[in-house]
Amino acid sequence: MTPIIHKAEVKGKQGQNWLYTKEVKEHFFHPKNTFKSVEEEEEFEKNADGIGEVGSPACGDMMRMYIKVKDGIIVACRWKTFGCASAIASTSILSEMVIGKTLDDARKIKPKDIVQKLKGLPQRKIHCSVLGDKALQKAIDNFEKKKR
Amino acid sequence: MKSNKKTIYLDNAATTYTDERVVNAMLPYFGTMYGNPHSLHSYGLDAQKVVDISRESVAHILSCTPQEIIFTSGGTESVNLAIKGVAFSKGSGHIITSKIEHPAVLRTCEFLEKNGFTVTYLNVDKDGIVNPQDVQKAITKNTILISIMYANNEIGTIEPIQDIGNIARKHNILFHTDACQATGSLSLDVSHLNVDLMTLNGSKVYGPKGVGILYTRNGVTLQPLIHGGGQEFTMRSGTENVPAIVGFAKAMEYAHREKKKENKRLIQLRDTFITNVIKTIPKSFLNGHPTERLPNNVNISFLDVEGESVLLYLNEKGIAVSTGSACSSKELEISHVLDAIGLKHDAAHGSIRFTIGRKTTTQDLKYVLTVLTPIIETLRRISPVKVKKSEIRK
Repeated sequence: MTPIIHKAEVKGKQGQNWLYTKEVKEHFFHPKNTFKSVEEEEEFEKNADGIGEVGSPACGDMMRMYIKVKDGIIVACRWKTFGCASAIASTSILSEMVIGKTLDDARKIKPKDIVQKLKGLPQRKIHCSVLGDKALQKAIDNFEKKKR
Repeated sequence: MKSNKKTIYLDNAATTYTDERVVNAMLPYFGTMYGNPHSLHSYGLDAQKVVDISRESVAHILSCTPQEIIFTSGGTESVNLAIKGVAFSKGSGHIITSKIEHPAVLRTCEFLEKNGFTVTYLNVDKDGIVNPQDVQKAITKNTILISIMYANNEIGTIEPIQDIGNIARKHNILFHTDACQATGSLSLDVSHLNVDLMTLNGSKVYGPKGVGILYTRNGVTLQPLIHGGGQEFTMRSGTENVPAIVGFAKAMEYAHREKKKENKRLIQLRDTFITNVIKTIPKSFLNGHPTERLPNNVNISFLDVEGESVLLYLNEKGIAVSTGSACSSKELEISHVLDAIGLKHDAAHGSIRFTIGRKTTTQDLKYVLTVLTPIIETLRRISPVKVKKSEIRK
């Protein structure tokens, strides 16, 4: 198994030391591909080609991904995440990674790819907070089911 | 900490800064009066004298004798000495504590369970109060110790320790209270508190870190945990941390002297802040008891958002708080205290603890609210969770 990068570690229980990577910080404080308005959200709820959701608020992390597909390629992606900095940043960066990808290529994205793009996450956060790939796979499943 | 921007520290329950007057009182005992209190020459005698004075000063605040004050390395050591000290001196038996104690108490009790002792962990009500009747009911003929905290570190709830102490007395059972959070703001008069053992901590009362006290009533037998030169009435060997002891005693003197006025100020700030946050931010609610509450503690849950995210966004604006969210803990579990007061995990994840302090002003808290409101809005906008306010309890 490929070792997962974990150079960033949050120290201390209260997390005051900002030791996430620059990439995590950027995506956490300036999340990409979020809904710009309530109208846009309603439009995606209605017209997205696939919607996938994983996790639960009880577990502390929950993600929902919306995709629009044209000729087998993901042309738009929006998402919603409940969770910590790792969860928000990993969904945000994933949304950037999938746009322009074929469904087959998008399906191949693994948590380690997301962690690598973020240049590392605290080791103990990876298991619970990097769930975006599973939400994405569910969204693709949802799209393919609808198509049938 | 970034020096070029405004910072507001609202984590005074974690630790406080050391009061400048306290630092100044400590300084001579590093550089010039550095003797070992055990030594017989003048250096030693000077050190011994100041430790004695500090002990007397603390004893005065607690209304006890100086011999009943044991200086330790902090709250955790005091708790360990109290609980293990009683347990090991008795050899076997049953201990009663609560589910919302500090980990120092809980982990110590769990350790004793592995070593043949039995422990009852009492439930608390929705505000975090231990019912003295539950303590009464839990007592068995084997009960050797009751340990209930004076005030909770996370939700600020003040426990009815006088009543619990009464029950303990009636049954001739030793009673320890962890008063780390109460040290600066509540009465420490042991003649009224009915306690046999009480843990105090220096770093929450504008004193130095690394120093604590275990008040041990005359006649209580403890098995020491640290053996050696026999310092602290043989209860805690090791050369006394003279500067820290001096600093702790000074910090307690100031806190005691300024308590009445400062508590009034803190309670006013606390209650205004609670009211304003709950009024301004929808789907937010207070954790802990509304009035039986530490003057400096505000613990509020914000539904549909996760606490660590809120904490980090606030930190980016220079505001330091803490959270009971699972994501911020090493074990990735929600706060045991919020769990014990019956919050569902969904609601516990969004809890933020603001603990105000001596330097907190009305303006600070106004600023916090203006920053906090859009942060919660932003995080809710990207959250797929919609918890109903009626569904926050188990």
